[in-house]
Amino acid sequence: MALTTALGRAAGKPTARPGRAASLRRRRISTTPYLFLLPGIAVFVVAIIWPAISAFQMSLYKWNVFNSALSRWSGIDNYVRAFQDPHFWLSLSNSGIYMVATVIPQIVLGLGIALLLKRKSPSQPVFRVLFYLPVVTSWVVVSLLFKYLFDDSGLINFTLHDFLHLEASNTSWLAGRWSALVVICLLGIWKGIGWSMMIYLAALQGVPESLEEAAEMDGANRWQRFRVVTLPAINPATVFVSVMLVIGGLNVFTSVQLITDGGPIGQTDVVLTYMYTQAFKYSDFGYASSIAVILAVLVFILAVVQLRVMRRDDTEELS
Amino acid sequence: MTSSALRLPGAPRKAPLAASSVFRYAVLIVGAFVMITPFLYMVSTSFQTQTFVLSTPPQFIPMPATTKNYQVALGTQNFALYFANSLIVAVISTAGSVLLSSMMAFAFARFRFPGREFLFRLLLAGLTIPAVMLLIPQFILAKNLQMLDSLGGLIFFYIAGSLALNTFLLRGFLASIPMELDQAMQVDGANAWTRYWRLALPLARPAIAIAIIFTFLNSWDEYPIALTMISGTDHATLPLAIANFQGQYATQWGVVFAASLIAVVPVIVVFLVFQRYFVQGLTAGAVKG
Repeated sequence: MALTTALGRAAGKPTARPGRAASLRRRRISTTPYLFLLPGIAVFVVAIIWPAISAFQMSLYKWNVFNSALSRWSGIDNYVRAFQDPHFWLSLSNSGIYMVATVIPQIVLGLGIALLLKRKSPSQPVFRVLFYLPVVTSWVVVSLLFKYLFDDSGLINFTLHDFLHLEASNTSWLAGRWSALVVICLLGIWKGIGWSMMIYLAALQGVPESLEEAAEMDGANRWQRFRVVTLPAINPATVFVSVMLVIGGLNVFTSVQLITDGGPIGQTDVVLTYMYTQAFKYSDFGYASSIAVILAVLVFILAVVQLRVMRRDDTEELS
Repeated sequence: MTSSALRLPGAPRKAPLAASSVFRYAVLIVGAFVMITPFLYMVSTSFQTQTFVLSTPPQFIPMPATTKNYQVALGTQNFALYFANSLIVAVISTAGSVLLSSMMAFAFARFRFPGREFLFRLLLAGLTIPAVMLLIPQFILAKNLQMLDSLGGLIFFYIAGSLALNTFLLRGFLASIPMELDQAMQVDGANAWTRYWRLALPLARPAIAIAIIFTFLNSWDEYPIALTMISGTDHATLPLAIANFQGQYATQWGVVFAASLIAVVPVIVVFLVFQRYFVQGLTAGAVKG
């Protein structure tokens, strides 16, 4: 009934004048928009929102994988366990190290290359494509590629040892926590520079040239023009890039899983590989869910703090 | 050269500019070299015989070059099947996601209705949920719906995972199309579906192109969900199959990279053909943010 009225009204009765039909639609509740939303929202709620809620719910249970009805309510036990679990802290610190070590270089180098590529020239699209290539390549492929490059007898060791003579003997990159983290971080930076470069290129195109010229007239040198004119003008892009990179950094998973699988003996585990191990190796879904929830909350808080701080900087400079 | 001569009428600044543009190109070339070398080395390895993989000194030009790795990957290792799986999953996920999200975007951009704000915020909230956090409950959901180890299951979760971003992107674009066009069609007696299908979709073509490209690439490259949901080899997608193969035959790097290139080349072709859309797509995200 409601459906037919809605369709009838949307079809526009020939008798009704268009203006009146529009105003009527504004006042009455039409089912048309809901029909357009229904399939998408249904899929979204079933596959995203409901799982998000049940992740939180599961984290409060000692979850029984074989028969979820037998799961035992355990309150905040899983969270207490996480905070007392040294390996959770180790994996959290590895995620944090990865985030800090990859976000800053991606922003600085991405912006630097964007500045160099800002001017339109015949070579600009070529460089743009080359720098963006790693971004479109799957994480699985580039992770395996880096594992191969940093193999004990791989290309990197050959270059450093046999070619440049920088190391006395071949480094076993993936055999130690810190050297393995270096490899994983280098991959993150290498793969991500093109993305931040592209965002900054777009943002730089929006900076009015008149502003720069005015600053130049006032006798500002290159660095001053960059600091006073360009940087504030591209601040929205910087906020966007750093928020996205922090979120992405804390969610590092595939590269660690494929390059070290958390090894040696779990030393390079990050939060999500630890979560994955707990869930799919030890079938401890409750504990794994609590780890996922802690990470999600942490990511959310960091994003909000960043938005607050960086937006405030912006307004202060304007006033 | 010519462009710098054209740009600068004042002679005194020519010399420092030349120096700075040498510096500029030097930095860019070194950077591009770092970006591209791993790929070239991957290509070279994929044509090497097993004896020369990880040999010292490394072989940059494969001597003798062989296509055996590709034969193994496509033949005995069944990568043609995984390619087909990836293609099916990526094409259907992309079509489904773009259809559903453009319908939602149409509703958000063209109608005022109770719950609009709430539903839109719900979608935005979905953007902030890290995908990997959902792995466990999605796994259980797939198990309950009998969707484990099936391409249909992957398609369902890939569509769901891309809806929020696509809706957000398309809504912004649709909102910028003048309302008068809608009203004119309404006068002609077009119902909402006709206005969506005949007017909104064709006009939103640039934004649709962006949504298609990014959804396709993300579905084509996706790994964590495939890793948890696909257990056998019959329904493996390329990223999963490549990772599994490397895990099993750790030293067969020639075959690993032959398979990798089979997976990467379509992506690079798509990227090269549509690269101007990439810039637009990223800008849409950045400027709004």
